[in-house]
Amino acid sequence: MSAPNNSFDPVEVTPLHPDEVARMREEALAAIAAATDLAELKEVRLAHASDRSPLALANREIGALPPAAKAEAGKRVGGARRDVGQALKERQAVLEAERDERVLVEERVDVTLPWDRAPRGARHPLTTVAERMADVFVGMGFEIAEGPEVEAEWFNFDALNFQPDHPARTMQDTFFVEGPDGGASGLVMRTHTSPVQVRALLSRELPVYVVAPGKTFRTDELDATHSPVFHQLEGLVVDEGITLAHLRGAIDAFVESMFGAGLRTRFRASYFPFTEPSAEVDMECFVCRGASVGDPDAPCRTCSSEGWIEIGGCGVVNPRVLVAAGVDPEVYSGWAFGLGIERTLMFAHGVRDMHDMVEGDIRFTSAFGSEN
Amino acid sequence: MRVPLSWLREYVDLPADVTARDLASRLTLAGLEVETVETLGSDLTGPIVYGRVLEIEELTDFKKPIRYCRVDVGSANGTGEPQRIICGARNFSAGDLVVVSLPGAELPGGFTIGSRKTYGRMSEGMICSATELGLWEDHTGIVILPEGFGEVGEDAIGPLGLREDVLDIAVTPDRGYALSIRGVARDTAALYGVAFHDPAGVAVAAPAGEGHPAAIADASLCDRLVLRGVTGFDPDAAGPLWMKRRLHQSGVRPVSLAVDVTNYVMLELGQPLHAWDRDHLTGTVTVRAAEAGEKLETLDHVQRSLDTDDIVIADGSGAQAIAGVMGGVDTEIGLTSSEVLIEAAHFDAMRIARASRRHQLSSEASRRFERGVDADLQLAAATRAVELLAELGGATVEGAYTHLDRVAPRAPITVKAAHAAAVSGVDYPAGTSERWLETVGCEVVVDGDDLKVTPPSWRPDLTDPNDLAEEVIRFEGYENIPSIRPRGSGRGLTSGQRLRRAVGRALADAGYNEVLSYPFTGERDLDGLQLSDDDARRGALRLANPLNDEEPLLRTTLLPGLFKALTRNVGRGFTDVALFETGLVYRPRPGAGRAPLPPVDRVPSAEELALIDAALPEQPRRVGVVITGDAERAGWWGGGRAATWADAIRAAREVARVAGVDLEVEADAHAPWHPGRCAALYVRVAGERLLVGHAGELHPRTVKAFGMPERTVAMELDLDRIERARTPVVAPEVSTYPVATQDVALVVDETVPVGAIRDALVEGAGDLVESVRLFDVYTGEQVGEGRRSVAFTLRFRAGDRTLTAEEASAARDAAVAVAAERTGAALRA
Repeated sequence: MSAPNNSFDPVEVTPLHPDEVARMREEALAAIAAATDLAELKEVRLAHASDRSPLALANREIGALPPAAKAEAGKRVGGARRDVGQALKERQAVLEAERDERVLVEERVDVTLPWDRAPRGARHPLTTVAERMADVFVGMGFEIAEGPEVEAEWFNFDALNFQPDHPARTMQDTFFVEGPDGGASGLVMRTHTSPVQVRALLSRELPVYVVAPGKTFRTDELDATHSPVFHQLEGLVVDEGITLAHLRGAIDAFVESMFGAGLRTRFRASYFPFTEPSAEVDMECFVCRGASVGDPDAPCRTCSSEGWIEIGGCGVVNPRVLVAAGVDPEVYSGWAFGLGIERTLMFAHGVRDMHDMVEGDIRFTSAFGSEN
Repeated sequence: MRVPLSWLREYVDLPADVTARDLASRLTLAGLEVETVETLGSDLTGPIVYGRVLEIEELTDFKKPIRYCRVDVGSANGTGEPQRIICGARNFSAGDLVVVSLPGAELPGGFTIGSRKTYGRMSEGMICSATELGLWEDHTGIVILPEGFGEVGEDAIGPLGLREDVLDIAVTPDRGYALSIRGVARDTAALYGVAFHDPAGVAVAAPAGEGHPAAIADASLCDRLVLRGVTGFDPDAAGPLWMKRRLHQSGVRPVSLAVDVTNYVMLELGQPLHAWDRDHLTGTVTVRAAEAGEKLETLDHVQRSLDTDDIVIADGSGAQAIAGVMGGVDTEIGLTSSEVLIEAAHFDAMRIARASRRHQLSSEASRRFERGVDADLQLAAATRAVELLAELGGATVEGAYTHLDRVAPRAPITVKAAHAAAVSGVDYPAGTSERWLETVGCEVVVDGDDLKVTPPSWRPDLTDPNDLAEEVIRFEGYENIPSIRPRGSGRGLTSGQRLRRAVGRALADAGYNEVLSYPFTGERDLDGLQLSDDDARRGALRLANPLNDEEPLLRTTLLPGLFKALTRNVGRGFTDVALFETGLVYRPRPGAGRAPLPPVDRVPSAEELALIDAALPEQPRRVGVVITGDAERAGWWGGGRAATWADAIRAAREVARVAGVDLEVEADAHAPWHPGRCAALYVRVAGERLLVGHAGELHPRTVKAFGMPERTVAMELDLDRIERARTPVVAPEVSTYPVATQDVALVVDETVPVGAIRDALVEGAGDLVESVRLFDVYTGEQVGEGRRSVAFTLRFRAGDRTLTAEEASAARDAAVAVAAERTGAALRA
């Protein structure tokens, strides 16, 4: 560290000489410009901009000058140091940008490398389709009702107006549950989701707007189109002033939501003990829209060139069912439907064989993900 | 019900241009579902003509006798010369009128006729049998037509009815009337607005005297009985071609004229008839309930023990027929019967249905009776039958006959005139209901706003106002019903329903694929699970009629289904498989009684409903998983990680986490898990500890029994109990003060569960502790034999200040002190 130099004229103090200051500045700027990377620039900064740099040392000499000379010398040295600082900053930015560009290129990876370390699973499409179907109705203000799968015969048949010896009772191939003594238990595997109608009416306040998705059971051997265990979505509305027009509206909403807008629906008169009148419901084929009917050159696999696809059964709740469920049929009326969930999945996603829905093969399920 | 269109057209003035397809479509929309429209003879082409056999040359040089015939086919062959035809049949003579297919003709089944050399002769066509023409099954020879049936050389396709459209209608249980040409014709006429001619409208003269003695023991079994006889019937008389053809087209095999006539009238009118050989009947014909111990050999040669619920037709020597189901062999119309008694009766539908089911005998008669036969049809049907026997079999109809009529008159149904509109939502013009109800045969009396409707005898299904509304709506057309979106006031999904969806998504996200297994199981599965004899899961419900005798039980656990799905996937080449299932299991309640069947003309009482529910098994909803292979795969990032018992417990924790419920884990030894690698899982419900399931590695014997890969792991949880443990979430206060972290390593006996140490630390750490997390477990020389070191990170934070180092240390020491006291843990030096 230099001692104050009081005995010299400022101009005579060599480091503060304008030429000297200019030389130091030029030298520094040249070094900065010559630095080719950040490490070199760091060296340059130490050499030309640190406390020990020539300009910094020159700056210290200013204090020893007579007051009259301080201002000029200060201005000269300060200007040079600012220029050097600015040049350093700019060079730093340039070199950092160059480095970043280089490093980010060097750090490039192969983004096509697979990452299946912890593979995702999937929900069963019957589950998700059932949820989608139910949600169509939840959106219209329906609630989801539930009931047991092992059901009392009374709920599965009697309360639904299946009389003990009516042929309709044998139409459905029922799994009967044995009693503890090997005799009759009065229990069956429910053959449809319709017993939930009666349970909903017995347990809920009127009006009732419910859907009930669930498992149902019949003694059919598994083949491409049958399964002893299958799924239905039951719908039930009981309110004042309810007509078949509201039933058609509900069915239309379902078809539009699952298969697209503008598809016609039709009712075919049919028979179920628990609805009167009863109908089978068809929707227009969403693939050919009827164009395949009578056109052997363009057959439709989806509807077998029928133009219509059967989606379920429905009807006006038989007042006898209302009576058994404690509802006054003079005041209330309603309707119910049962839609096949397997059928809906088969049509909506082109599933061809019931085995695929039953066997639990992960290739089948994985294709659908958690939602579909 | 198969309906030949030409038969239908006899009774409906159906416009000629109405196609079978159009009719099928209209009938289907109106409730008579036409399943198929068969166009019989559509693949048939002529020339098929009448021919007369002129000369027969017997050829005897062959294994079987062969005839070489000269047949006059007029000018149909273009030459007018007799056609020379080889024929193997022998049932004809020179001069017979026959059917000849000339070269170029094609018969049903794509059988092409040509000129060809056979048996050393040139054969220029074929003399046809009924089978070859598709008329009916007959292997006794060629068709010989009655004289005058047609002119030689003329086309025979049309007159023989070789082309016919046949509708096959799936008749619903309520529409018994449609199991007849008559019933289908009536609906057809209504649909097209054309005239209907009732085939039952036959003129019936009053009886000329007492017929065969008869009695009805009980009008609730049978409320009308008609017995009409013929004498001098020629048992050898052949049934006419048209009748046999129609029977065949309707799916009924022609047998003999007497039997054919009863079948024909049944198909046409819907009234099952029984033809008795009167010579074999002794004394009074009685309709009564079968007596206890009574036996009968039915026409199918099965000796049947009758039930006292069966209705029988008996004569002086006992039961001769199960009424409405099947006749007995003793009184069967034989090849020699010339005295025929036609029985037409109206039996109780329910009794017939029960008898048919009891004897596992479903006949054309029982199908009709159990769906409801016209209660006023018997006299017309019997008369129609005896007249046909007279006309076709040379018999004489007896003027005297028996007619017992016990039919109670039907009471009218009162219904609002606007009821159909209220049901359908369509504003029908005034008079619409009356018009359609009268069209289907009802008597309608208008009484102010009400209609008093008496349904016709052929519509026993019309009993309620809604039945009448359906008749109006189906003829007005369902297509007219508008579409109005319903609007409920529901409150969305329940929390349980949301939870189930969330659990499914969480498990799918965690790598599990959902399966939906059948709930059927068997002893073999329960044995495979290594269940002890007194394990509650062996107390499964049993099906009376299982599909598979090996699996008669209903599942009490989801695991076997999961195991089988896992094995199936492994068998298909997948080594890393993780599956889950959510579903009900069925746990019978001890001492459960039989579910009662309360009457349905009122709502059941609370007691009755309670009895029903008590008979039902508990049906808790379970969730289960099974995993084999790697939980994390090997790859370019490094090695894989095999699934272990810990993954099974983690899956359970994942389910609990979704529900926001804490799971308490404890070691257990519970089948089918490995006794050293099995966790019992608990939740707290209102302070009570509740077992919710188990998780861990499966017992090696279970793994082997189900053919699974070694070290397969699984868990099963009761989702309903998890749901019960849910409590409303109270939001935490989030402190913004800094955290103070303290690590402790504790040395404990290796039998001390980590869960217990952690619980002690949490309790001892007091209010300031934010989390306690295990980060290392160490065993080795440094901690000594039989001991292990467990290291935890304790994070402390206060809500109102920055904790000092002293405060954090004090809290840590307090935590360690409780752990030391509870578990013998010592701070690791």
